[in-house]
Amino acid sequence: MKIKLNIWKQANAKAKGKFEKYELDGVDAEMSFLEMLDSLNEKLIKEGKEPVAYEHDCHEAICGCCSLYINGHPHGPGKETATCQVHMRSFKDGDTITVEPWRAKSFPVLKDLMTDRNAFDKLMSAGGFVSIDAGQAPDANANLVGKIDADKAFDAAACIGCGACVAACKNSSATLFVAAKVSQLALLPQGKVEAKRRALNMVAKMDELGFGSCTNTGACEAECPKGIGIDFIAKLNREYLCASFSESE
Amino acid sequence: MSKLDAKIPEGPLAEKWAKYKATQKLVSPNNRKKLDIIVVGTGIAGSPAAASLAEMGYNVKVFCFQDSARRAHSVAAQGGINASRNNKNDGDSVYRLFYDMIKGGDYRAREANVYRAAEVSSDIIDQLTAQGVPFAREYGGTLANRTFGGVQVSRTNYAQGQTGQQVLLGGYSALKRQVALGKATMYSRQQMLDIVVIDGKARGIITRNLITGEIERHAAHAVVLATGGYGTIYYLSTLAVQSNGSAAMAAYRKGAFFGNPSFIQIHPTCIPVLNEYQSKLTLMSESLRNDGRIWVPKAEGDKRKPKDIPDEERDYFLERRYPAFGNLVPRDVASRAAKERCDNGFGVGKTGLAVYLDFRDALAKQGKKVIKGKYGNLFAMYEKITGEVPYETPMMIYPAGHYTMGGLWVDYNLQTTIPGLFAIGEANFSEHGANRLGASALMQGAGDGYFIAPYTVSNYLADEISTKVPSTDSQEFIEAEKDAKAVLDKFLNIKGTQTATSFHKRLGQIMWTHSGMQRNEEGLKKALMEIADLKKEFWSDLIIPGTANEINQELEKASRVADFIDLAILIVNDALNRKESCGAHFREESRTEGGEAMRIDDKYSFVAAWEYQGIDKEPKLHKEDLKFENVEVKVRSYK
Amino acid sequence: MSKFFTSSIGQKFFMSITGVFLMLFLMVHLTINSLLLFGDGTLFNEAANFMSGNPLMKVIEPVLALGFILHIIYAGYITLKNQMARPQKYKVAIKAKASWASKNMYILGGLVLIFLVIHLANFFWKIKFGTVPIISYDGGQTELHDVYGLVAGVFKVWWWYDALYIAGAIFLFLHLTHGFWSAFQTIGWDNEKWVSRLKVIAYIYATIVAGGFAFIPLYFLIKYIV
Repeated sequence: MKIKLNIWKQANAKAKGKFEKYELDGVDAEMSFLEMLDSLNEKLIKEGKEPVAYEHDCHEAICGCCSLYINGHPHGPGKETATCQVHMRSFKDGDTITVEPWRAKSFPVLKDLMTDRNAFDKLMSAGGFVSIDAGQAPDANANLVGKIDADKAFDAAACIGCGACVAACKNSSATLFVAAKVSQLALLPQGKVEAKRRALNMVAKMDELGFGSCTNTGACEAECPKGIGIDFIAKLNREYLCASFSESE
Repeated sequence: MSKLDAKIPEGPLAEKWAKYKATQKLVSPNNRKKLDIIVVGTGIAGSPAAASLAEMGYNVKVFCFQDSARRAHSVAAQGGINASRNNKNDGDSVYRLFYDMIKGGDYRAREANVYRAAEVSSDIIDQLTAQGVPFAREYGGTLANRTFGGVQVSRTNYAQGQTGQQVLLGGYSALKRQVALGKATMYSRQQMLDIVVIDGKARGIITRNLITGEIERHAAHAVVLATGGYGTIYYLSTLAVQSNGSAAMAAYRKGAFFGNPSFIQIHPTCIPVLNEYQSKLTLMSESLRNDGRIWVPKAEGDKRKPKDIPDEERDYFLERRYPAFGNLVPRDVASRAAKERCDNGFGVGKTGLAVYLDFRDALAKQGKKVIKGKYGNLFAMYEKITGEVPYETPMMIYPAGHYTMGGLWVDYNLQTTIPGLFAIGEANFSEHGANRLGASALMQGAGDGYFIAPYTVSNYLADEISTKVPSTDSQEFIEAEKDAKAVLDKFLNIKGTQTATSFHKRLGQIMWTHSGMQRNEEGLKKALMEIADLKKEFWSDLIIPGTANEINQELEKASRVADFIDLAILIVNDALNRKESCGAHFREESRTEGGEAMRIDDKYSFVAAWEYQGIDKEPKLHKEDLKFENVEVKVRSYK
Repeated sequence: MSKFFTSSIGQKFFMSITGVFLMLFLMVHLTINSLLLFGDGTLFNEAANFMSGNPLMKVIEPVLALGFILHIIYAGYITLKNQMARPQKYKVAIKAKASWASKNMYILGGLVLIFLVIHLANFFWKIKFGTVPIISYDGGQTELHDVYGLVAGVFKVWWWYDALYIAGAIFLFLHLTHGFWSAFQTIGWDNEKWVSRLKVIAYIYATIVAGGFAFIPLYFLIKYIV
């Protein structure tokens, strides 16, 4: 099939970008979206043109590299899907596909469809850990963890750090990302010890980094490739409020 | 005299590591802050090593080419992580794990290293749990376990089908904590181009900043490579598309020996090649073989729908050939058995290069809910890629390149033949011999990172406390940078017509055909010629748009492919040299009458360590003889 | 604690508790207004006069005003800040599944505010400072403001007021469908199970409140025209 592409091109972080139109023939329905972009790039390079820069790595929806905003959806069409799992069978012959980078003040564009998501790393450094050195750990069965809590913690921990939640949120809020980490660790006895400190520090960092605030639209949950629910945001709010009213700074 | 001294401590096997730790040289806490360590790679070995060394008080600089340390491909490991905890009261022990690994590796691994890996396996689970890794639990709150291939005990800990992700994020969070504390400095989006060796010791690295294109020099007292495996040499593999062997090749060119490069695991359960555009193959966790049964039709070319083929017309070939282990035979055995069926015309699917992995019986017995709880995310992934629903129709699977047992040769200290250069995790030639058992990669990588490298690197650094960090203006740094730049310029100046990816695809084809699951002398020799031709073409007809002073993904690819080409030659040479079949390395010339792999212990019971001799020169082979004092070397049988 | 007032969750917390407070007020308001529907207005006038004459109202009134003001100020501030978090907009608007109301709370809030000003000018202002005729049901012993007459007058004379009030109720309905659930979510009173339950309760609440307020002008319109 033949498709038309409308792709954001931007030479570097400082340059002014614009949309570039491409047409691609011979697209196979069984191709993945990324393979389609690869074949576009292959064609562009051979024509002596600049290929489209975009990020991808594992192609198994787990590394969180891919970050394309396709036709109004972070990671394109399909529920609980990362860009690498979108296949061209989701599109029709003659379709126009608009591809944009994640848009957020905290995720500046580096080139074309590549953004700098370092803000997530900074959020993690603000408290997304348990303060334990190698060698200090007690026996893993010393602290029992109920199956329900362990499973719930896993659901939160499944976050791949891709940033689709920020991209989908009208406020560019990172609340779901923070909520997932805070909830995961607050649900486990190992993480509970510094749960309050973690909630306070991560939220403060999130605000500092220029993310917007949560207005509970639920767009993040709808677009999250791992289906992380906004009930974790309620949990974060709970943790944060309790911490604010009890923890002396 | 060979330079290969494995430096294995004296004493009984079970006491070696304890004795090492008790008698090793130490660096006092106030001296640690004067010592700098570079860690390259942030996977399941790199992040823990960086974090643990920083926790001890060293200054750690951490490098990765991804935008974040959390993206290393360890994240994609699915099934689990082994630990000899005997949680199931089924006879597990450190020795049993050690024995399983030695046997699984087809007696081509070093006893002392393997025993140590088994010894620290339990500590890893404790450490990860303490970090908040949500391992699967029983209702009573204790750790849950599952079984993996090649063993008869349940010792695998897991977090659904995303164990690698959870284990990696544990190490990543520990690293992020050290970054916050100022003990570790993170350099992401940096590609390592070279290792700087001063007075025979590794003293730094040259990197390219992937955003600005700038070439940077970084100095330290020691360098730790945790750069993973090179399975992407096949182009189509289960690895991430950016995974590469370039760091290992840089070390090799600087004098580090390369161990057993041809030992590459072909994973039996991957989604088969679907079309010509495919850029990667997706792994379906080995844990699926716990409940899935592998079969092909008994009749050649049977095109009926799988549902319509009755049981008596199905050939459950693993259960038939290996009744003791059935569907849970080790990966190399399962892969070859599938290939054998397909080569003989019994394969299924469009291409005939696939076998069924069927959950019909498990679904009937356990119900959809239980199966979904165990493999829900894997089933969903399969459906997304193929458009088929495994709850209703069997999965189709085929082997694909996966894990490299080979890697930089290291001694008991995990130190390469360059002093001060360490290789950990999949990057070293490691504990897996000629074949790795499932759920052992995370175990070995994390073990190296958390509990082995921190000791052995300290042991090395104890003699360096009065050494200042070398200046990055020294002649060696200047030259290394110049060389690195020259290579990049060379790529850009070819201005040919073919892209790096197209060369990679062709290289992958050559390797898969001649140096994949089965190898023979004729094919390997042919491969050498084909690779040589490809190399010539690469260096004369490569095209790269753009410049070196900006984000240039094509330039990154080209430098990886260039290294893959050289590595391919090394692999084929190693495969040619080893005229026996062992583990994943199956030489058609060396098999039993029943068609099983045949080891030749009196000739090949050694680690092949290859020394670089210069561009386009034949590498020199060194042999590290393997001694087995604690296990009886037997024919590996899973029947 | 000082950071709480400036943090994103802290600000949302104030949005949330002022919202809950305003929702409680709406329930009381509607309860009293529903008396308009019974009898000839005596009941309503007595209730309205009881409320306005109650000394407690001297405290409640400014608190209520404060609730409104805080809710509005925080809304304005948060919206402005959230706008700044995405300086470059998408070419294709976000299509993520989310209710229209949840994405447009600021606009809905603004519309409700405009309605509120008109509403206050119509009734509150007149009752408080204007001249509302006096009425007595016990032969002049107690004099009451004839608020019923005022309300009935407005709704039966000017049909566009009826339309305006119905429109106001619709805006309020939409604002509440999201606001009600959102308030509970923000104070953390929510989990996997209660997410959907609270959303249903939100719709029930919004329907009762907005339906009730919309029914009153309709009632008068029908009563006097037909």
